[in-house]
Amino acid sequence: MSDGIGARVKRKEDKRFITGKGKYTDDIRTENQAYAAFVRCPVAHAKINGINADAALAMEGVIAIHTGPEMKEDGIGDMITGWAITSKDGSPMNCGVWNPMVTTYGRYVGDAIAIVVAETQAQARAAAEAVELDYEELPATVFTGDALNDGAAQVHENVPGNMIYDWEIGDEAKANAGLANAHHVTELEMVNNRLSPNPMEPRSAVAIYDEAEDHYTLYTTSQNPHVARLVLSAFYNVAPEHKLRVIAPDVGGGFGSKIYIYPEEITCLWASMKTGRSVKWTSDRTEAFLTDAHGRDHVTKATMGFDADGRIVAFKTDTIANIGAYVSLFATVTPTYLHGTLLSGCYDMPAIYGNVKAVHTNTAPVDAYRGAGRPEATYTIERMMETAAREMGMDPAELRRKNFINEFPYQTEVILQYDSGDYHKLLDMAQKEADVAGFEARKAEAASRGKLRGIGYSTFVEACGLAPSAAVGSLGSAVGLWESAEVRVNPVGTIEILTGSHSHGQSHQTTFAQLAADRFGVPIDNVQVIHGDTDKVQFGMGTYGSRSGPVGMSAIMKALDKVEAKAKKIAAHTLEASEDDLVIENGEVKVAGTDKKMAWHEIGLAAYIAHNLPEGMEPGLKETAFFDPVNFSFPSGALICEVEVDPDTGVTEIVKFTAVDDFGTIINPMVVEGQVHGGVTQGIGQAMLEGVVHDESGQLLTASYMDYAMPRADDVPSYTLDHNSTPSPLNPLGIKGCGEAGAIGSPPAVINAITDAIGNNDLDMPATPSKVWAALQAVKPAMAAE
Amino acid sequence: MTTITVSVNGKAVTRDISDNTLLSDFLREDLRLTGTHVGCDTSQCGACVVHVDGTAVKSCTALAVSLDGANVTTVEGVSTGGDLHPMQRAFNDNHGLQCGFCTPGMIMAGIDIVNRYQAEGKTLTEDAIRAELEGNICRCTGYHNIVRSIEDAAAEMAGMSKAAE
Ligand code: FES
Ligand code: FES
Repeated sequence: MSDGIGARVKRKEDKRFITGKGKYTDDIRTENQAYAAFVRCPVAHAKINGINADAALAMEGVIAIHTGPEMKEDGIGDMITGWAITSKDGSPMNCGVWNPMVTTYGRYVGDAIAIVVAETQAQARAAAEAVELDYEELPATVFTGDALNDGAAQVHENVPGNMIYDWEIGDEAKANAGLANAHHVTELEMVNNRLSPNPMEPRSAVAIYDEAEDHYTLYTTSQNPHVARLVLSAFYNVAPEHKLRVIAPDVGGGFGSKIYIYPEEITCLWASMKTGRSVKWTSDRTEAFLTDAHGRDHVTKATMGFDADGRIVAFKTDTIANIGAYVSLFATVTPTYLHGTLLSGCYDMPAIYGNVKAVHTNTAPVDAYRGAGRPEATYTIERMMETAAREMGMDPAELRRKNFINEFPYQTEVILQYDSGDYHKLLDMAQKEADVAGFEARKAEAASRGKLRGIGYSTFVEACGLAPSAAVGSLGSAVGLWESAEVRVNPVGTIEILTGSHSHGQSHQTTFAQLAADRFGVPIDNVQVIHGDTDKVQFGMGTYGSRSGPVGMSAIMKALDKVEAKAKKIAAHTLEASEDDLVIENGEVKVAGTDKKMAWHEIGLAAYIAHNLPEGMEPGLKETAFFDPVNFSFPSGALICEVEVDPDTGVTEIVKFTAVDDFGTIINPMVVEGQVHGGVTQGIGQAMLEGVVHDESGQLLTASYMDYAMPRADDVPSYTLDHNSTPSPLNPLGIKGCGEAGAIGSPPAVINAITDAIGNNDLDMPATPSKVWAALQAVKPAMAAE
Repeated sequence: MTTITVSVNGKAVTRDISDNTLLSDFLREDLRLTGTHVGCDTSQCGACVVHVDGTAVKSCTALAVSLDGANVTTVEGVSTGGDLHPMQRAFNDNHGLQCGFCTPGMIMAGIDIVNRYQAEGKTLTEDAIRAELEGNICRCTGYHNIVRSIEDAAAEMAGMSKAAE
């Protein structure tokens, strides 16, 4: 079947996007449309005594201005976090209260203080500028490494020392013993730089209150509209779920930042009720830099011990994770169960200990960003492996091979049990694709041009397919992470798949349809995928954590099983055959070895006409399924990066980047390659270009594309990709998930390549030309002639 | 308020607009042509690229009042008679888009790049495409397939202009 599993089917969703007919939230304009803008905290920490909105209210077009205390009075709830972490001493985590709009203290530059509603966007923004703030500036804690210092400014009164939790994983005594007896110990301190996710579509919300029905509709840029509805309803008390419809139409990228339910969306809903108008807010890019949840921001000290043969004997990490001013929805789990549990990497490590201290600072909330915790773990491990190999005079690929896990399932020392993999094969393939054998010659040739050439590896494993509900529940999650699907066969045989996953670039409209095309042999054009609307799809947990494949598609497979079973019963009854003799091929149900058959649409029709169904069968052909995974899935990969550094300027060019991945079963290789291209590019961005920078007072210095360096077309190469599949035994498709791999694996490959080129292991991301140049100067032999 | 008459996608439109209206807002809000996207406020992302008198322009940098009498083409206007433009087709063929938000700007920039190179008889190499895309940011695709799309469309557009000669 040409449109089935494994086929490079061109995307069904493309037409509307390439013709300019996509429907993103900001493209929606309702009748009675009004526009919102926010008054925001201008400093990193302040006591807000009040606002004077008289002048602003008198401006043309201004409809209303409302503040946090009013919202509180109306019973709108405080922002919640979805995962409770317990500290190593058994105490529950401590986190500051987050009001959707400030009631007393503003805690970061951009904290929402008041909403202005006006007839046009320009009027709303102008009036927001005219609102006068009465505030006292307070001392602020800005930098991750400072938050725990004695005398650091307190971000929240109820969080002493800014410590949210002090969490541990693994066995400290065992790790210490291993290190004490190690033949060689490698130590590194690393910064995992703070990033801004930057989906190209800024966040946006259109909130509509229908007074007659006492009903709300919210169009919003969400990766998980049902979760948004649940949280808005159950915790923020906007409206009960049956009185609230959340629609995430076309969404222009998310990368994690659109998982969360932010103050602006809540406030727009509330303001639509207050004003009786449909209220629309669209973030500008500066607001996006200020208020979209940032990612990463870890400072880590790592120690790894090896025996004389190069086998890892123990690994220990000590991390401070910056959570920002408030604890966003998944902020607490990212540095713990999505990071600490991955500290074994793809290596057989007998002793591991990780300690993570999560801290408040007067900066925007930090939460999951593409990879979420797993990139931080991978970066730490893979920098350590490369550095250790250099220190021990070993080939970095050989050191990895010596330590690879060889047998599956594999139980790590840090909770997880890996499903399947072949790490040797991936590395072998990558070395071949990257022509590692020819590297020395290329290096010599580069040297003849005055360039320094370096090569760096990253071999990694990630936990995807979030997540087994009972397991995450036992670790503190407030929700289960299953997925649901509904498959409807219409009387004419066309098929609708309703899914709780959400596509904001992931190509579900095509790949999910491939599953039904594959199963029933129907043309892919006869399959429609419906998602993103709480009125259409019963429930769903959304898209993040590379879960739409392993979890979302598994739910669809279960629903397809049920549809197939019923269709076969109908066919067996009509054809007077045994169900066991039926095969489905090319859109027909056939009795094997005979010419008796029914076309797929005849079965659809029979199900709905219901004149001749098996005794007791209900009419119709529509099935629902929920899939709750029994474990995470574990994609893995081997990446090799080759760079050339200009020693005079520190300018670094990636000359070749090779990625060989194991995603288990692949539904559409074209789509999967696209995910790797994008993920690797974000990883290269982290490694070489991107970084959120604050000044000492907490002002954001990188609040536009003039100051925050996004990877552009000429910053990255064309990629060399390949894959090897070891299907996951834990879901019906054997699929592992591919959305995050590139971003998880690539940063250390890049840094390992640059440090190889310059001969200095001491280099932090982003490796800008000035940093690379400085690192090079630090190891340059003093010139005798000078 | 100033009255302007502009040809947009081949149709003359006359509107009263305030003097500070950006072309991007004029297209999106006044004409409801929402294919032109706004991704930044510093003229850096290129999601808003349209053609003015046949040349790529970031519509967030142009004041609509300055365009009285101009010919504006947006992504909604590049296909002819129901046939997709070769650049649009190439983006579909090569998976040159994921979320689609940068895509209108990429397509409009891509057409302009190919037109310029072909008018000047220059070869459009991968390096040249990457350098020319300096003003367009995509967060999803890593550019790999956008480059393939533009290469592919360039080949087809060269064939078309040959055929037209
Ligand atoms: S919106 Fe015009 S360049 Fe970004
Ligand atoms: S396709 Fe999403 S930004 Fe380019």
